[in-house]
Amino acid sequence: MASFVVLTINGLSFGLILFLLSAGLTLTLGLMRIANLAHCGFAMLGGYIALFAVTNLKLGLLEATPIALVGTMLLALLLDRTVYRWAREVSQLQQVMLTIGLTFVMVAAVNLIFGASIRALPIPEVLSGNYFLGAFAIPIYRLFLVALSLLVAGAIWFVIRFTNYGARLRAAIDNPRMAQCIGSNVDAIVSSAFVAGCGLAALGGALGTSMYPLEPTYALIYLVPVLLVVAVGGLGSLEGSLLAAILVGLLDTYSRYLLPAMGGAAIYAIAAGILLMRPRGLLGQHR
Amino acid sequence: MNSPEPSATLDVAASAVANSLITRTVSAWRVEFAVLAAVMIFYAFGQDYLALASTALVTAIFVLSLDLIVGYAGIETLGQAAFFGIGAYAAGLYALHVGTDPIIGLAVGAIAGALVGYLSGEVILRTGGLSLLMLTLAVASVIQEIANTATSITGGADGLSGYSIAPIFGLFQFDLAGKTAYFYSATVLIVGLAICRFIVESPFGLSLRGIKGNVTRAALLGIGTHRCLVAVYVISAALAGLAGALSAQISGVVGTDSLSFVVSGNAMVMLILGGVGRLYGAVIGAIVFVVISDQAASVDPKNWLLFVGVLLILAVRFAPTGLAGVLTALGRRMG
Repeated sequence: MASFVVLTINGLSFGLILFLLSAGLTLTLGLMRIANLAHCGFAMLGGYIALFAVTNLKLGLLEATPIALVGTMLLALLLDRTVYRWAREVSQLQQVMLTIGLTFVMVAAVNLIFGASIRALPIPEVLSGNYFLGAFAIPIYRLFLVALSLLVAGAIWFVIRFTNYGARLRAAIDNPRMAQCIGSNVDAIVSSAFVAGCGLAALGGALGTSMYPLEPTYALIYLVPVLLVVAVGGLGSLEGSLLAAILVGLLDTYSRYLLPAMGGAAIYAIAAGILLMRPRGLLGQHR
Repeated sequence: MNSPEPSATLDVAASAVANSLITRTVSAWRVEFAVLAAVMIFYAFGQDYLALASTALVTAIFVLSLDLIVGYAGIETLGQAAFFGIGAYAAGLYALHVGTDPIIGLAVGAIAGALVGYLSGEVILRTGGLSLLMLTLAVASVIQEIANTATSITGGADGLSGYSIAPIFGLFQFDLAGKTAYFYSATVLIVGLAICRFIVESPFGLSLRGIKGNVTRAALLGIGTHRCLVAVYVISAALAGLAGALSAQISGVVGTDSLSFVVSGNAMVMLILGGVGRLYGAVIGAIVFVVISDQAASVDPKNWLLFVGVLLILAVRFAPTGLAGVLTALGRRMG
């Protein structure tokens, strides 16, 4: 029973970080209809900016994370004005190529600056240590991540459901043309959501290094689970992404523990099954 | 294309008729002839680079298989390496446990690719757009995961090696200089190119273009869209399996990295670079990419990925039709 609780906490923290990594992609896909394969690259950039702040500016992780957040969002803003502007004008296949190209550039840049070794950020003093449940130890940092991610998810939900900006965002996802017609500046909403989504990814990238360690190929390795979450959850549906991310985190952790011979294959099989029954994902809208 | 001029048809001389027949044959098979000529010329001057050239030819076959589904049927995939890897493993296992004949080995690779293509295609081609892209990636990931875990069969991370391949038709022994491998892969590429061209020019190929253009309209015209898509997916998977088998026979090793996302991604890059939906674009893209990557890897391996990334962004931005498109445009301007 206790081992079940530990597994669940682990699965939850994996899943919730995965949600932070994929939330922005869901919005981008819903809004811009761009298959942005470079999305995990922004999480990676966030992680490496935090690493830079920790090693060169001698900051703690908690001080470095806001810097990573702002830095990544500035970069995202810059790219939104250039590469992603071009991406809106070309076919889906070319978008895929454009964003793969961007990912390659990010991977190479990180490799040049930080080297190829695998890095994790130090856990701050306050949050280190374990919480003991019988004979099983749960790292306090994991509990902190679960709480923080749930808080962030709640904040996103509040903004989207209850603010004027959120209403405009939902309108832009549902029907960008009509939203434009009634005087909503869809272009600005799309850009702001893109930048905010990259910020969320950076948050996940900086805080989740104990589970998703930093390495130059980060942007490619974690692209697969992130795309999985977005596709299973449904494009443009943040609730769907949250559900899918938690599901992926939990099922992956359970299956690796119970059926180690299967490795990571179980989760792909389940995801394929879900997508076959619901091609638009768990909570995807029908267009 | 080059139908005989009216004045030429009026000419009753038998030689002219024979000439036009030759011209027509050459014209219809011009891509295959161009590749054949390039293979011969390269053999005359590039003896020291035959191993690299064989890699380029095998890669060209693989990218050709990708063009068949991406360029003609509009199936966008990031998991084509699954079939390449399956073909490589099938040929490697066949050589290791059953027999060493290379031609049968190729067939085994193609059949294995086709089988996996059918099993996965029948399921995933019911979706479209991003879900499809995702599912192709998922299929390749599952297969790679299995290859990694089933160490008793696949050798796990160490891969397969230590198998030998008999001479082709019992005549041509694989040599150290790689001459046999070079002509072997060139032959397979030319045959593959001819088969692909036959397919895309057939009524079936036209149906595929119709589906790519507008699925609903194609279905309303009475085309069994799902069946057509599965069929072309299986053919493409067989060709990719063939390329994998060829690579396993030539290099003598099969590793799990032959199934990886990087292989699928690079093939996409080559196809875009060369030009989508032209068949010969796939060949140009593969050759250019393999040569540049070999050069860059020997000069500056660290910045290679940076170069590819920038190249891709610039290619989509400034040459969306690829090298083949640029060449065609140049040719048109020259007259």
